[in-house]
Amino acid sequence: MSQPAASTADRHPMPGMMVYNVKLGMWIFLLSEVMFFTALIGSYIILRFAHPDHFAEPGAVLNVPLTAFNTFVLICSSVSMVKAYAAITQGDQKGLKFWLLVTILLGTFFVGVQVYEYIILAQEGFVPMAELYGVAHEIEGAALYGATFYTMTGFHGTHVTIGILCMWFVLYRAWQGKYSADNYGGVEIMGLYWHFVDLVWIILFTIVYLI
Amino acid sequence: MDAHAHAHEMPWIRRYVFSTDHKIIAIQFLLMSLFFLVVGGLLAAMIRWQLGFPSEPMPGGMLLPDEMMAPTPAGAIMLPEFYNSLVTMHGTIMIFFAIMPLLVGVFGNLLIPLQIGADDMAFPRLNMASFWMAFPAGLLMLVSFAVEGGAAGAGWTSYAPLSASGEYTGVYLGQQLWLISLTILGFASLAGAVNYITTIINMRAPGMTWFRMPLATWALFITAILILLAIPILAGALIMLLFDQTIGTGFFLPASDGEPLLWQHLFWFFGHPEVYILILPAMGITSDVLANGARKPVFGYHAMVLAIVSIAFLSWIVWGHHMFQSGMNPMLGTTFMITTMVIAVPSAIKVFNWLGTIYKGNIHLHTPMLHALGFVSMFIIGGLSGVFMASTPVDVYIHDTYFIVAHIHYVLFGGSLFAIFAGVTFWYPKMFGRLMNEKWGRIHFWLTLILYNLVFWPMHSIGIQGHMRRIYDPTQYEFLQPLQPINQFITVCVFALVAVQAIYALNFIISIWKGKKAGNNPWHANSLEWTVPSPPPHGNFELVPIVYRGPYEYSAPDVEEDYWLQDTPPPSETAAPALEPQPVAD
Amino acid sequence: MSWLLPESFSTFGPDVDFLYYVILWVTGVVFVITEALLVYFVIRYRRREGQKATYIHGSTKAEIIWTTLPFIAVLALAFISIPSWNMMKNPDSVPADALDYIVNAKQFEWEITYAGTDGVTGTADDISTINIMHVPVNQAVNITLRSEDVLHSFFLPEMRVKQDAVPGMDITVWFEATAAGAYPIGCAELCGNLHTTMGGTLNVYEAAEFDAWVASQSADADDADDADDQEDQ
Ligand code: HEM
Ligand SMILES: [Cu+2]
Ligand SMILES: [Cu+2]
Repeated sequence: MSQPAASTADRHPMPGMMVYNVKLGMWIFLLSEVMFFTALIGSYIILRFAHPDHFAEPGAVLNVPLTAFNTFVLICSSVSMVKAYAAITQGDQKGLKFWLLVTILLGTFFVGVQVYEYIILAQEGFVPMAELYGVAHEIEGAALYGATFYTMTGFHGTHVTIGILCMWFVLYRAWQGKYSADNYGGVEIMGLYWHFVDLVWIILFTIVYLI
Repeated sequence: MDAHAHAHEMPWIRRYVFSTDHKIIAIQFLLMSLFFLVVGGLLAAMIRWQLGFPSEPMPGGMLLPDEMMAPTPAGAIMLPEFYNSLVTMHGTIMIFFAIMPLLVGVFGNLLIPLQIGADDMAFPRLNMASFWMAFPAGLLMLVSFAVEGGAAGAGWTSYAPLSASGEYTGVYLGQQLWLISLTILGFASLAGAVNYITTIINMRAPGMTWFRMPLATWALFITAILILLAIPILAGALIMLLFDQTIGTGFFLPASDGEPLLWQHLFWFFGHPEVYILILPAMGITSDVLANGARKPVFGYHAMVLAIVSIAFLSWIVWGHHMFQSGMNPMLGTTFMITTMVIAVPSAIKVFNWLGTIYKGNIHLHTPMLHALGFVSMFIIGGLSGVFMASTPVDVYIHDTYFIVAHIHYVLFGGSLFAIFAGVTFWYPKMFGRLMNEKWGRIHFWLTLILYNLVFWPMHSIGIQGHMRRIYDPTQYEFLQPLQPINQFITVCVFALVAVQAIYALNFIISIWKGKKAGNNPWHANSLEWTVPSPPPHGNFELVPIVYRGPYEYSAPDVEEDYWLQDTPPPSETAAPALEPQPVAD
Repeated sequence: MSWLLPESFSTFGPDVDFLYYVILWVTGVVFVITEALLVYFVIRYRRREGQKATYIHGSTKAEIIWTTLPFIAVLALAFISIPSWNMMKNPDSVPADALDYIVNAKQFEWEITYAGTDGVTGTADDISTINIMHVPVNQAVNITLRSEDVLHSFFLPEMRVKQDAVPGMDITVWFEATAAGAYPIGCAELCGNLHTTMGGTLNVYEAAEFDAWVASQSADADDADDADDQEDQ
């Protein structure tokens, strides 16, 4: 759906936003994403205030150092995404492909660690099902902790995964030479989405793991 | 884009089924939502049978399976669980699969590109995807009637915990399908909203400044923003409820210390903006049609825009008025009462401006105009009944009674649906190239208006007598038994009301082939869609139109006719070549 | 068909009914004026050949007037509603001498618990009835409303009382009946298949009669079952 940046602008010099459609559309879409995570995070905050006893102390159940490292990895992937974008604005095809690949690898690593974390946690009895929470092992917290944790991080992980899939598509098009110094819309909106997902993670990491 | 130019060469399936042309998608949404409107109407008729003639054999009931209608020697009698499914599905289908796609899917698609002078939506393929998500979502909703345990039965609001676990109702799969269907529909709505907003911001023709946009487009723009921000909230809530139902989380289940009221907060935080999603486009359509019928500029155009925008803002801070009696802190109730009272003001402003619009007009009572006037007069009633419920002490008494049912239907049937009739009749030529029959249009209007009021006006009254909503058999309550004649009267009128809609259906269908050929501008209107053929060709405009003025320059003293198309160059400029895009100062 | 409220029999009645009629008058006047203007304009300014509509775009003065007036009106309605609302729903407004009750809602009945002779709920001499509630006249009663399963809504139309029962929450409901008699209890929140059957009766007694009833029930609290209660009304 990525149109060349130039054509839309040419067709309608007046009185639009001077932002090409796909980019504007992505910004608008991200607003709705903000609301989606607001619903999940807001519910978490409300439930946590109503039932503090359901939620364990930071670090008591969740592996904070591991996730801190994972957070670092995701932030790095945002940097590599910026690199990819910077490369193509200079017309550097090789740099674009290289940095896209780096971003994909870092993102995949992030999801991998999250899956690994889920498996360990589930074995320790930390599950979303109210009736199974803490059954396998005695752990701190109660049902709402597992439910909110997996819902929030799970939906974030889904977003990262979708991002990775889209990034493969962008990489494929980069390989075909579809982008250039004056046509890089696809890379730019990929970057917008990726930075957004990164930002959401920083918020989630703070309120779910650290507070 | 290049595919556009060769539309005529495309295979049939790409032109009419998987089309990316906004006008075709509008027609697809129209057919889909009219179908669901009929389904919703039939469900309503069944509900009313039970209320008018509780536990008497329903005519035709034998055709339905035993899980819905218990067979007896005298005939089939409705089961209470089926009644609850009917009430739930009537509300759900009407709101999400009839009114919302009619207003947003049909008019959003049809009008936005045409009224702003664009060749199509910003993302035509996303637009196609939107329809092809919405339609299966609707089918899924219907399928849920056939699954084990029946369709969802916890009301269109699906309050937890009743909706959160099948053990309370015996409905498992039906409720889950309800949740999945609405989630898919949510994606469809989001796709539409992103498209509309981008299109309106970026693709307006030269000269189409913000304050030269027709109010229909303005309303659809603000509606799209509400959808964009409200639907994700619903999606989050639906998903949590689905998890409660399926994998056994306990977000809303008290057994796991979950919070039933959290569902209500999430639902209404979405739900109140949603009710304005269901009325703002109707208001926009009404403004366009009223100005056209009165041959006069819309009174207070800027005030109208401002009212729409302030309604949109306020709609985020009033959701608690649905929860006055829910156990929410009474201090919060007071706050929500004040905000709710305030949101009545922009609605009042709009009503006064509509009156101002027809004042000193040269009123042509064509069918769309009749419906637009019907909208105004019925919306007045619905808006005023809202004030009763906004007063918390009065709401104590009328909450969850038929007074609420009356309110809903005055805003959604008397309001939105009349505006939809107005809009469909008005823009019918832009979809099918022909006009609907005027005589039958008027007959349908008057019969509908009268029967509609005979049905819903008395509901205020029985609500005031304490008649609860969503009860299967009012005669179970001794104090409601004296109201039974009114219930019967309403039921009989509903049957007539449903039957009368056949006139509209026939008029709609027959006019596709037999209607009068419309020409470009049958209503002598001003906005850009009337400058192109009916129906407009693929790509809409041969040349990018240039806009010189607002959309409501009716009866301007400078011109001879009583209308002035937005793209007609002003007299001084007729000599200049007008077709090249050029910057235009407001 | 009537817009008049049925008679009320509690201390909330005058407040609610007054507000209702104020709003009925205000909205009624607006209703008549706007609808009359609508009809008048349509007739007065109907289409005539050769005539043109008057070319007016609006009037700032008119906008200001019809923004301010409704604004003042609705705010006034909100503010006169606040005291009554606080009286009805704020737990601090429950009179100190109110009799304690527990009403426990479940699919599909109301279980009412009385404090018994000692005036305290949760003790051995508690009395309990199903779907029938006994209260003394001119005496405030303080109900702790609960639910065991789903939402229900405790509705006493003639007392102008309605409150959802929410599982996991104890919600305070109070009222004071002002006339002896039997009044309906309803469930106003969809609570499942048999929601429609969840009605009951509120019996309001003279004080002496009520005390006698409590005494008789407390005497054989253990073997009193629902059937006895039914006969007591
Ligand atoms: C003039 C402004 C309005 C005010 C002050 C108002 C006020 C209210 C209040 C207080 C309630 C909750 C009543 C209760 O459950 O006890 C309510 C319910 C409702 N309103 Fe409005 N309303 C207004 C306009 C509208 C409009 C324009 C629409 C839709 C197009 C609408 C649709 C609804 C619906 C669907 C419900 C019922 C929801 C349910 O419980 O099923 N209202 N309104
Ligand atoms: Cu609302
Ligand atoms: Cu009930």
